[in-house]
Amino acid sequence: MRTKWTVLVGVVGALGAGALGLTSAPGQPAGQAGVLPAAAPAPAQPVVGGRGESTADHSTFEVLQQDFKTGPEVTAACLTCHTDAAQQLMKTSHWTWLSTDQTTTTAAGEAVPFGKGARVINNFCIAVPGNEPRCTSCHIGYGWKDSSFDFSNQNLVDCLVCHDSTGKYKKFPTAAGHPVYADTPDEQREWPKGSGKFWEPAPLREIAQSVSMPSRQNCGECHFFGGGGEGVKHGDMDESLATPALHVDVHMSPDGADMHCIACHTTHSHKVSGRYYEQAAYDERSFVLRGSPHESNLLACESCHTQWPHQTAAREGKDVKNAARLDAHQDRVSCQACHIPTMARERPTKMWWDWSKAGEKNEDGTPKKVMVDTKGTKTPQYDMQKGEFIWVLDENPEYRWFNGNTKQVFIDTKIDDTTPGKDRGKVTGLWSKIDLDKPIADINTLLGDANDPKARIWPVKVHRGIQPYDAGNKTLVAPKLFPGAGDKAAAYWKAFDWQKATEAGMKENNAPYSGQLGWIQTEMNWPLAHMVAPAEDAVGCVECHSTNGRLAGLEGLYIPGRDRNMLVEYAGMGLIGLTLLGAVSHGALRVLTSGSRK
Amino acid sequence: MSKVKMYTRFERFWHWCQSAIILALLVTGLQIHFTGLTLLDFATAVQLHRVFAWAFLGLAAFAIFWHITSGEWKQYLPTNQSLGAMVKFYLVGMFKTHEHPVRKTRTQKLNPLQRLVYLGFKILIFPVLATSGLAYMYWDSIQRSFGLETVPLSLIAVVHLAAAYIMVVFLIGHLYMITTGRTVAANLKAMITGWDEEHGATSA
Repeated sequence: MRTKWTVLVGVVGALGAGALGLTSAPGQPAGQAGVLPAAAPAPAQPVVGGRGESTADHSTFEVLQQDFKTGPEVTAACLTCHTDAAQQLMKTSHWTWLSTDQTTTTAAGEAVPFGKGARVINNFCIAVPGNEPRCTSCHIGYGWKDSSFDFSNQNLVDCLVCHDSTGKYKKFPTAAGHPVYADTPDEQREWPKGSGKFWEPAPLREIAQSVSMPSRQNCGECHFFGGGGEGVKHGDMDESLATPALHVDVHMSPDGADMHCIACHTTHSHKVSGRYYEQAAYDERSFVLRGSPHESNLLACESCHTQWPHQTAAREGKDVKNAARLDAHQDRVSCQACHIPTMARERPTKMWWDWSKAGEKNEDGTPKKVMVDTKGTKTPQYDMQKGEFIWVLDENPEYRWFNGNTKQVFIDTKIDDTTPGKDRGKVTGLWSKIDLDKPIADINTLLGDANDPKARIWPVKVHRGIQPYDAGNKTLVAPKLFPGAGDKAAAYWKAFDWQKATEAGMKENNAPYSGQLGWIQTEMNWPLAHMVAPAEDAVGCVECHSTNGRLAGLEGLYIPGRDRNMLVEYAGMGLIGLTLLGAVSHGALRVLTSGSRK
Repeated sequence: MSKVKMYTRFERFWHWCQSAIILALLVTGLQIHFTGLTLLDFATAVQLHRVFAWAFLGLAAFAIFWHITSGEWKQYLPTNQSLGAMVKFYLVGMFKTHEHPVRKTRTQKLNPLQRLVYLGFKILIFPVLATSGLAYMYWDSIQRSFGLETVPLSLIAVVHLAAAYIMVVFLIGHLYMITTGRTVAANLKAMITGWDEEHGATSA
């Protein structure tokens, strides 16, 4: 008899244990479990995009033994060997600042490209045209100081900003893409203006002789500083990514995979893959076979991690609870939503920019400037030139449905300046001074909702603000801010007159302006994709599976632990209450009547 | 009155295993549903809920096999004979220490009320809980495989939850009914030792 017992217990125990294994591969026919692709195959080469892969020592090249006076002279030397390089680059949006394969239709019905270079508006410094050479200091060329720039001159391509390996090459913030040269006058080397700090000339010969593949630092020269300063635009990109700590970026940290940007932003013929305005970063989310001529890019996490990253990790012996359940989240939840737990983890990012407050001076007539403490870092709260700011450090992002595509608002797009924001489902976010009773214009819209099978929940930095608009034409406007070229006297940072600045700016943008200047609240979405944290720092289950969690306001899906069907809850609780009452009364009656028993 | 082996060794094993599993599912389920509770952390609760769900299904497979091969399934065949008498007994007779109106024997363990309730559980509540639970676990795959993209997860969740509430209601009733044997502990003893006295009105 004893043995029968043991067998029985053993069988049920085995069933329980089997259940653990069974739960690890839902949606997979049992026979297929063995052919799941493993995680990324070990690269045969050193870290992709890393240094030291070249077979040529550029310091031995005769053409590079020159005392280069300017950047274009270096480019001319590069092109003597790399004959097609400039032509390749000139086809990319790094050069054109326009979309290469997407267009927008004008009021006249004409399909035109758009991008930083034309038609696009943001809620930072608002638009590029009219603000060269400040904005164009990040152009991948030399000399875009106004609309007369020659986009066909190969020698104006800047090879060095991407290929410098010395760290000594920096494009001066107001020099239309040029660095500081030996003959640059002092007043054009001081930055910030009036600071008494002067930039050293870039050692062009040394830089040219030591070129290599672009590193994080190269890409970061511009992309860490989008919006004119560190962390202004991106909530997931700042200088901490040059050599990030492990907790900041598990892929790019030297203590992690030490990957460079171009490991994921794969590049063919100088065209770097990535999202550009309305165009999604990638089409398919699946493992990418390297080396295939059909290989597109490695931007989707699944390109390396497959669609079963948690089960793969569990199989490799890592401690992953509910691996199959976590993998099953991927149809509705982006990898980023859990694995980028907070934005701006090391350096602050800007969340609010109110241009309408600009122009205030101190009582003594000097420009007003107020700095505040943001979790131990000094950040500007007010700047006479720019208005009022809110910066944050290491905070939760907001979450939105996003299918990878956006809809952009252009300089001629009619905006809704009457419907209160709250009637359009807008929220204030945690770090803004948005008034929901007033209209809120969208700078861009993340496309997709719960009914879109391609849309997933995505972490987003939502940058809100107040900016000028044309109340007559009902369009956003692009004021001329920087007095670097064109009608310098009209620039806001010269005359501090919004009317003049807007007239001049719209003229340089070839856009109509009715003369009726108004102020409107705006919202711009910045989907987060960088600063992926180590797995153990991922957002925990209850941060979303709870009634007041990160996904509190997100509509269109049922989240266990967050959502309730109150009818079932009340009916269920009611029934339980009645049953308890019945049991207690019945029992009490039995006790009370027990005395009368015979 | 004679002592008989009312519950076989397997039957008791099955019953107590099932009790433990249901209790575990209840605790983990509560933690998943009411995330404000701190009985367990959410991920552990989810993991255990799945493990016990499979354990439940495994045990059920054995139990079904046992019911079929032993013929014990006939115990659950509903009857309206003495149904009224049973209701009357619980509402009135019990307080006057009337004798149980239905005789409990080895071959007829369940009174007409129990038959109805247990049958309801076996063919309705357990299957609904198990089916909705499995659907819940594999919902994304099921949606893709059967083109059910328009069926919301909330429907599965609501069905599973409603059945779970009824389960809790049953559990409370069941626990109370344990105490309504000849003595307060008689039924419990019987389910532990297997030995019970055949008792009740012989007329049934």
